[in-house]
Amino acid sequence: MKVTILDYGAGNLPSVERAFERLGVATERATTPESISRASAIVLPGVGHVAALIRALDTLGLRAPLCEAVRRGVPFLGICLGLQVLFASSEEAPELSGLNLFDGSVRALPSTVKLPHMGWNQLRRARESRLLRGLTDDAWFYFAHSYAALEPGPGAAATCTYGAEFSAVIEWDNLFAVQFHPEKSGSSGASVFANFVEMAI
Amino acid sequence: MTLARRIIPCLDTDGARVVKGINFAGLRDAGDPVELAARYDAEGADELVVLDIAASRDRRPTFLETIRRVAAELAIPLTAGGGIRTLEDARAVVRAGADKVTVNTAAVERAELIAELAGEFGSQAVVLAIDAKRAGESWDVRVRGGRESAQRDAIYWAREGVALGAGEILITSVDRDGTQCGFDIDLTSAIARSVTVPVIASGGAKTPAHFVEVFTAGGADAALAASIFHERIQPIGALKEFLAREGIAVRLTR
Repeated sequence: MKVTILDYGAGNLPSVERAFERLGVATERATTPESISRASAIVLPGVGHVAALIRALDTLGLRAPLCEAVRRGVPFLGICLGLQVLFASSEEAPELSGLNLFDGSVRALPSTVKLPHMGWNQLRRARESRLLRGLTDDAWFYFAHSYAALEPGPGAAATCTYGAEFSAVIEWDNLFAVQFHPEKSGSSGASVFANFVEMAI
Repeated sequence: MTLARRIIPCLDTDGARVVKGINFAGLRDAGDPVELAARYDAEGADELVVLDIAASRDRRPTFLETIRRVAAELAIPLTAGGGIRTLEDARAVVRAGADKVTVNTAAVERAELIAELAGEFGSQAVVLAIDAKRAGESWDVRVRGGRESAQRDAIYWAREGVALGAGEILITSVDRDGTQCGFDIDLTSAIARSVTVPVIASGGAKTPAHFVEVFTAGGADAALAASIFHERIQPIGALKEFLAREGIAVRLTR
């Protein structure tokens, strides 16, 4: 199998590629609707401003094929902004629409804590998680974000709390997303990728 | 569930090799950046910083190659800096594999650079590095590797940098750097109290107690050091175990 990584210029794309390489999994970069339509597993990396991601998806014409692939049951993994863009909207770019695969909006973390939420944090499992299989509750993950899916919904398999509780791992059928950066989370991040690959095969 | 305090080894390079000086002078060779990066990743470093302290134009391709080779070794965040004067310089460093960039002298000379970088990469990727030297009751910002005064108050500059979009402050005490007599706790806590973003303390670390102090009294979110890690004076694994025993939240990897 091959993992298709959406390439819209995200800074963390090479690290994500390397993470799959280390697992012996081939990847390809996708910039066209056709490459999304024939993908057997899709990863949407993301770092920075959500507006850049949403605009890139629309400019490249990837919005519809991406939603279509998810509906078809193609395993999908969103990372950081790749999680946030699944919601209807984000406070970071209120004028733009997200992919609207989940209800609700992404909001700013409260200003009672230092922002960005930057560094290693742990998770609380809300239910059994397929992405976190084999990982213990004290596993650490690297976060770098100021916006989050607050008030975790039924899709949240694990949450993290920093100023407020937010969705850290989302799992809904073939739709997976993590707010942290597995490609920067050492061996625990590698396990998340390995679990995704196992489900995608 | 707590955000862990971070331990960050710093590789000061001449582009290709890791070097170390005392009080920003008297450089000597301290090893291969890729070998050191791999060692620190294995020892449990939370992040890695690679700086080009020579930052000369003709050595730039060498430094970018160093970033590429280091990034290929790592599954932890990588910050790179030294000589980043323009958005294009920062793009080259990010394309080579850095997750964050640090800016220092160029931002002092042209503060809009911070806003440009934050606009392109997001605040989480922009680290404002400030070299500060005590001047009476306050701290003076130093530039050009600590040699010159910028005639600017360090606290004011940290706040200004955050307002422009810096997502972290890396504060180095020029007085303490290379002395191994402990972080400048007054400076660190003054900065940490003044900004709303995470603060990385640097300069003067030697003993585990120094790290405890900078995380408690200093209020630092992360602590950076170089030679004590390079020369194995302070192994990172043992340091983090000590911090954990002292009740400080750290990421233990074993």
